Amino acid sequence: MKTAVTGEENALNKKDFVAPNDVRWCPGCGDYAILNAIQRTFPELGVPKEKFVVVSGIGCSSRFPYYMNTYGFHTIHGRAPTVATGVKVANPELSVWMVTGDGDGLSIGGNHLLHLIRRNPDVNVLLFNNRIYGLTKGQYSPTSEVGKKTKSTPVGSVDYPVNPLLFALGSESTFVARTSDTDMKHMVETFKAAHAHKGTSFIEIFQNCVIYNNKTWEPVTGRESKSEQSLFLEEGKPLVFGAERNKGIRVNGFDPEVVTLSENGVSESDLLVHNSKTSNPAYPTLLSQLNYPTFPTPFGVFRQLEGRQTYESAVDQQVAASKSKQGEGDLQALLTGSDSWVVE
Amino acid sequence: MAQAKDSFIEIESAVVRFAGDSGDGMQTVGERFTDSSAFAGNDIATLPDFPAEIRAPAGTLAGVSGFQVQFGSREILTPGDAPDALVAMNPAALKSNLPDLPAGGMLVVNTAAFKKMNLAKADYETNPLEDEDLRKKYHLVEIDFTNMTKEALAESPLKPTDKARCKNFFALGFMYYVYGRPLDTTLKFFQDKWGKRLPDLAEANTLALKAGFNLGDTMESARNRYQIAKAPVDAGVYRKISGNEALVYGLVAASKQAKLELLYAGYPITPASPILEGLSALKHFGVKTIQAEDEIAAMGMALGASFTGKLSVCATSGPGMCLKSEFIGLASITELPLIICNIQRGGPSTGLPTKNEQSDLLQSMFSRNGDSPIPIIAAHSSSDCFDCAIEAARIAITYKTPVILLSDLYIANGAEPWLIPNVSDLPDLEVPFADPNEDYVVYKRDPSTLARDQAIPGQIGLEHRIGGLEKNEEGGVSYDPNNHEEMTRLRGDKVNAIADSLPPSKVFGDVEGGDLLVLGWGGTYGAITSAVRNLRTEGFPVSSLHLRNLNPFPHDLCNILSKFKKVLIPELNMGQLSLLIRSKYLIDVVSYSKVQGQPFKVAELSNKILETIR
Ligand SMILES: Cc1ncc(C[n+]2csc(CCOP(=O)(O)OP(=O)(O)O)c2C)c(N)n1
Ligand code: SF4
Ligand SMILES: [Mg+2]
Repeated sequence: MKTAVTGEENALNKKDFVAPNDVRWCPGCGDYAILNAIQRTFPELGVPKEKFVVVSGIGCSSRFPYYMNTYGFHTIHGRAPTVATGVKVANPELSVWMVTGDGDGLSIGGNHLLHLIRRNPDVNVLLFNNRIYGLTKGQYSPTSEVGKKTKSTPVGSVDYPVNPLLFALGSESTFVARTSDTDMKHMVETFKAAHAHKGTSFIEIFQNCVIYNNKTWEPVTGRESKSEQSLFLEEGKPLVFGAERNKGIRVNGFDPEVVTLSENGVSESDLLVHNSKTSNPAYPTLLSQLNYPTFPTPFGVFRQLEGRQTYESAVDQQVAASKSKQGEGDLQALLTGSDSWVVE
Repeated sequence: MAQAKDSFIEIESAVVRFAGDSGDGMQTVGERFTDSSAFAGNDIATLPDFPAEIRAPAGTLAGVSGFQVQFGSREILTPGDAPDALVAMNPAALKSNLPDLPAGGMLVVNTAAFKKMNLAKADYETNPLEDEDLRKKYHLVEIDFTNMTKEALAESPLKPTDKARCKNFFALGFMYYVYGRPLDTTLKFFQDKWGKRLPDLAEANTLALKAGFNLGDTMESARNRYQIAKAPVDAGVYRKISGNEALVYGLVAASKQAKLELLYAGYPITPASPILEGLSALKHFGVKTIQAEDEIAAMGMALGASFTGKLSVCATSGPGMCLKSEFIGLASITELPLIICNIQRGGPSTGLPTKNEQSDLLQSMFSRNGDSPIPIIAAHSSSDCFDCAIEAARIAITYKTPVILLSDLYIANGAEPWLIPNVSDLPDLEVPFADPNEDYVVYKRDPSTLARDQAIPGQIGLEHRIGGLEKNEEGGVSYDPNNHEEMTRLRGDKVNAIADSLPPSKVFGDVEGGDLLVLGWGGTYGAITSAVRNLRTEGFPVSSLHLRNLNPFPHDLCNILSKFKKVLIPELNMGQLSLLIRSKYLIDVVSYSKVQGQPFKVAELSNKILETIR
């Protein structure tokens, strides 16, 4: 007889979430760290193990479910949002996690991602952004920078990239965050915040592909650059960064600018103060456009709006309301209808 | 034989066609005429025929909408080859429908519409009503429906334009007089539809209908009245049902019989949208519906729900089926139950979106990468959609497989009387999920059905992963060459095993064989059966067999085919079943194709059958 194991009672731990299969990513791939972070996060969420479902599309990143000892569904390229929606609507009690890549989620699956986000089911979306097509061996992706030289763009790509967070905000996402495969603690914190949010949580994870796009995020998250080029968002705190923590972000008219504290009379009170709960999209939009090299890149929760109903609960509510209004459906009455006649 | 009885001429069956502009309400009057005839105890079959544009420019040929109904005192299997009476509400309707009216047929026209501008819109240079030949050839009845309706509604508070719009019911009233139809069901319809909300409109339509009926009484030219006796049918409670309605009810019934919640995901497309709309109104049955962003998404949502153990369904038409292909492959390899309904229409591409065809059989069979056989069943009539929904659910749940259920525009929109089943007689479809007290092996199979064991999320200890990569029996990803061949074989064998569960095939005619077997599938059932029945009455040694299961074929099919000297396969496509039968049984069948967006006529089939046995 098998028994329920939950975070609280029987203390699940990381090992419980390690699947027996060999992990087959390239040695050094950033995906390992993300897997590790998720396996550390899940036992701490207070969710029984059998209630987790991990759904993915296709790509290196999308192999993820095979390595998690939970229910999992490795689907088809770009379509994971649809399967995740189906799972969540069908059984709202499940904790649904969706893994996708920059190509999977924003190229072939862009449309589905838009609709997932606007419907707002309580699904946690992890977008592994390595700015490259890993599984198909290194073509540029929709998040690759202009001029990216790859096998399919030998003289550089010409198309303008999509900004994943801006895409999510444009779809009116109720939870938008960014983290990095280089920062275990930050990943775990971010995943927990995503889980706590009721509604679709969208998380962009800077992920390194050692083989086809090595060090793509190094200028932002690397040991040397991190303190100057990363900005960690803290609720209610001013946007401060730098090794000396003496720089900050101020708005001048509509435009953000980097200022140095105690230079030219600038003080903390001049800086933007982080507020992830404001319903005005201007602020998270401004944050999501702070980019390397002009600005430090923000990490953390950009936006979390409570109060918008989740899709699955709206669906359930309509079912319940119909039942209470019309009574539990009577099949024989339905079949007979109101215009039947009797033949003797 | 026609014979006078009181003022009525007794006939066996009749075909009436209402034709007018798409804004003239022809579908509505056609439906009402059908209800009234069904209520009068006749057997019926209908053929709505409307343009692809919702409101093509008024009065043009492109905007003509028609509704044909055949009703009779014997079994009616088709809406009829040609109308006995045609009601044409404007010149465009006359122009596009007159070629179908046989000489001597009754032609009722709304004279008010035969004005210069309308004539020009229908490309008439002169007024056809002034043509002596028209009068000679047909039994022409000229009525100014527009003005007579206005007169009848003189006292009504409706605006003049709204009064004019009641003319369709005036025309209907007149046809009720000609065919001795009761008004009751239509009067009730007015009350149900408008009685509370728009009582003036209900009253105006009531007046128009009655005025049309009374006009018949006073008109010289309408002296001939026809009477059709009740059809001899089994005792029971009946209703009129369209294919899409039957499908909706069948799916709800299947979910109840399987004790599984129903989740339906769809994207609007003609002629499948009424299924999404119909199920969305049945939330009190616990039905969850999702209008997805496209057909790919609909399929993904249904598959996700299937993974969690729901009865999952999507419905679409040809273009949507194209989009679903990759997901159907995933459903095949993950062996999850799912029902995919394809309400076929004319293709390829957007093709003839509001016309009929049965040309997606080969798509259903083959349009996936890899060897990925899928069971396919096809409904043969509107009411058969109910039984097919239950059969599709049985196959999906029992064999853990996606099932394609083929219907078509003609049976989806057409209607017929349906002997309402007793819910207590419906089959039990329950299949247990994996037992949490046993070790779970993802692809462990039931030895008789070869179906895999399905465990659903939320069950303790049965955590597992599925996906599009080939797996071994334990559910691990496997690139092993022999494993892939073994799994491919097993998936195929499983689909073939469905044939073990099928009842014996029923040949209509000479069970022991004979000169010719007409083999059909899908919506051609009525026309084929009518043609074969008529020819058998005349003494020709012809028989027919109609297939519901197109993959796998029933076990006894090979034997049946071999008993006949010739096999004729009429299809509303370029010979798709013929290709399957030839390749599977090495029998050189005679293929008879028609792709005009219209059903077979009984006469066409009879001629072809005679030509084949000659
Ligand atoms: C319909 C379809 N088209 C193309 C592919 C090939 N393909 C597989 S993964 C992939 C791109 C993966 O890139 P990304 O989503 O960024 O994932 P990564 O491998 O980088 O984690 C492509 C194009 C496919 N599997 N299916
Ligand atoms: S190709 Fe890149 S993304 Fe894929 S496993 Fe290797 S390192 Fe990771
Ligand atoms: Mg990528």
